[in-house]
Amino acid sequence: MGAVRWMLAKDIRILRRSPVLTLLLVFYPAAIAVLIGLALSRGPGLPRVAFLNEIPPRDAVITLGTTRIDTTLYERQLFQAMAPVPVSTRAQAIADVRDGSTLAALIIPADLPRLLASADQSAYVQVIYNGDAINQSLVEDALESKLAQANAELAEQLEKVADGYIDLLLSGGRLSFLGLNFNVLGLRDSATILDGVLHGLPRGSPLRARIAPVAGFAKIAFNNLASSKQVIGAVGAPIVVRQQIISGHRTPLDYYAVAVAVTVSLMFVCLMLASGTLALEREENTLERLRRGLVSPFALLGEKALLATACAAFVGFAMLVGIGLFVPLHWSRAGLWLLAVAGGSLAFATLGVALGGLVRDVRAASLLALLVSFPLIFLALVPAGSVAVGLYDAIRVVSAIFPFKAALEAVDAAVNRSSPGLWAALGHLGLLVLGFGTLARVGLRR
Amino acid sequence: MAVPTLEARSLSKHFGDRVALSDVSFRLDRGEVLAVIGPNGAGKTTLLSLLAGAAPPSTGEVIAPAGERIGWVPQQTAVYSKLSVLENLRLFARLERVGDADGAVAEMLEQTGLRERANEQLGRLSGGNRQRVNIAIGLLARPAVALLDEPSAALDPRQRERLWRFIAARAQAGTSIVFTTHDIGEAERYAARVLVLADGELLFSGSPAELRRHGSGDIESAFVAFLRERGH
Repeated sequence: MGAVRWMLAKDIRILRRSPVLTLLLVFYPAAIAVLIGLALSRGPGLPRVAFLNEIPPRDAVITLGTTRIDTTLYERQLFQAMAPVPVSTRAQAIADVRDGSTLAALIIPADLPRLLASADQSAYVQVIYNGDAINQSLVEDALESKLAQANAELAEQLEKVADGYIDLLLSGGRLSFLGLNFNVLGLRDSATILDGVLHGLPRGSPLRARIAPVAGFAKIAFNNLASSKQVIGAVGAPIVVRQQIISGHRTPLDYYAVAVAVTVSLMFVCLMLASGTLALEREENTLERLRRGLVSPFALLGEKALLATACAAFVGFAMLVGIGLFVPLHWSRAGLWLLAVAGGSLAFATLGVALGGLVRDVRAASLLALLVSFPLIFLALVPAGSVAVGLYDAIRVVSAIFPFKAALEAVDAAVNRSSPGLWAALGHLGLLVLGFGTLARVGLRR
Repeated sequence: MAVPTLEARSLSKHFGDRVALSDVSFRLDRGEVLAVIGPNGAGKTTLLSLLAGAAPPSTGEVIAPAGERIGWVPQQTAVYSKLSVLENLRLFARLERVGDADGAVAEMLEQTGLRERANEQLGRLSGGNRQRVNIAIGLLARPAVALLDEPSAALDPRQRERLWRFIAARAQAGTSIVFTTHDIGEAERYAARVLVLADGELLFSGSPAELRRHGSGDIESAFVAFLRERGH
């Protein structure tokens, strides 16, 4: 026990004398815990969706025959799957989606009741996305089941209306239209009457030949119309969803995952390699020797960044080629893939040498690279609208000053033609290269 | 009059509030062997770093004739442990822009006795052999001035003897040598002049014989007596 006590006292003393390590040990897990806590505190919350109902209140209830359908029921059904943020215009809905304050916008168009009643065109609701695959997936997942449920209920109501009309056509009855009542004969009675007329006609009557086909048609119509009720019941989606992407090309989630996988690989290779090779110079005591004019700081940092960039770009490009053998990627854009992975790698490598300048050995550099990487990936993949607006703004700032988000956008744009475009993302990465290059230069003076 | 190859003018170095070196001035003549001695923390390594240009002085300046190379052998071995002896020497010969890099490397392998181990990785060598490579790299470019920070510290007596023979040959060929050491006897044997530093101040500059006069016994006793006399 004595030995344990003395060793414990020694370790505590060492920790007290290593304030940076101690702060890291305390604050890093706390920071990660806060991030996870924030994420969980929102879940399983509903995705925030801008909502615009363009149906005038007087048209919200439609009448089909004797059945009244309240379209606001459909609206309430959808609200079980999302947190609606009411907006008053389409422009406002699009602005909310564009600035990330909502994941998507749901618009119920003014002519939905008319289209539902008319049956010659499909009724639809419109969902607007910003092109972000994760956002789109979240909203789709949330709305899909509720849409199906609402459609099933609507379809049941519409089926009842249609069944009523078909029964009227088959069996006859009373029909109210514009305040007037009519007696409808019905196909069954029509066939019976026509058969009676045929039997009553003399054998050689020329009317027999003219009435016989009509009587036959009445029987066929009766038999087939009766089975058409089953067909109407099988058509279960009276309202369809029309999707609109407001910025550029939509990336399906599978293809977005390709871009994420490649970007994560670029980041790990670059941060580990660039920070590690620079830290190795300090660890081997060669940095001071080199700094005596053998190698300029710019050349030294440039060499480390170049090596990491080349290795990571090779890995990233090879990954895309390998994935392209199994997933249909656009091979004609291979040049742009290379440009994107090279741009992303250079930015990560510059961050890597900035980190490598801060530490004295390779193990510390690797640890620092890992500590920096995980939160950046986590933050960059937080969907807009899934956290509070203020928090998302803070996340956007952090994501903008580190290269992961911009590199992901560049790779996504090159592979999937998503928005923002490749050149905007590369411009962003270029600015980060300048910023982290300057920090690396300062760090090397230590 | 001897030709100076290096001159320190009022060199000072501060690390925050701590003064590592204070107003140190001296001249080094061509082919001169100068020992810098002093207790731990005296500023010996700092002085050599400033002379080598590995760190900038807080005040003062180092004057060296234009175009003259200054070789530096840091106290801790500054070599790549994953590279072989030959690869290390070749790399630094090229970085130093030595005219005949291969010739200089071959000569250094011969003079340091490392020819047999040229293809071995540095990480697998003993501390003494690593130090020999460290010294070889510092002297590869045939510098006019060689700055050696405790060059014999990790060497066994036989390697040490070989090192001093090598350094003496360089000095005879015109290379000026500045070395630091804790072995005062070594300073007496191999240096023509001794600088004594304590707490960053230059307390003495003269021959080992002049330093010996401060005590009645050997030079080590004289050195300790001198420091005591000067309040250190």
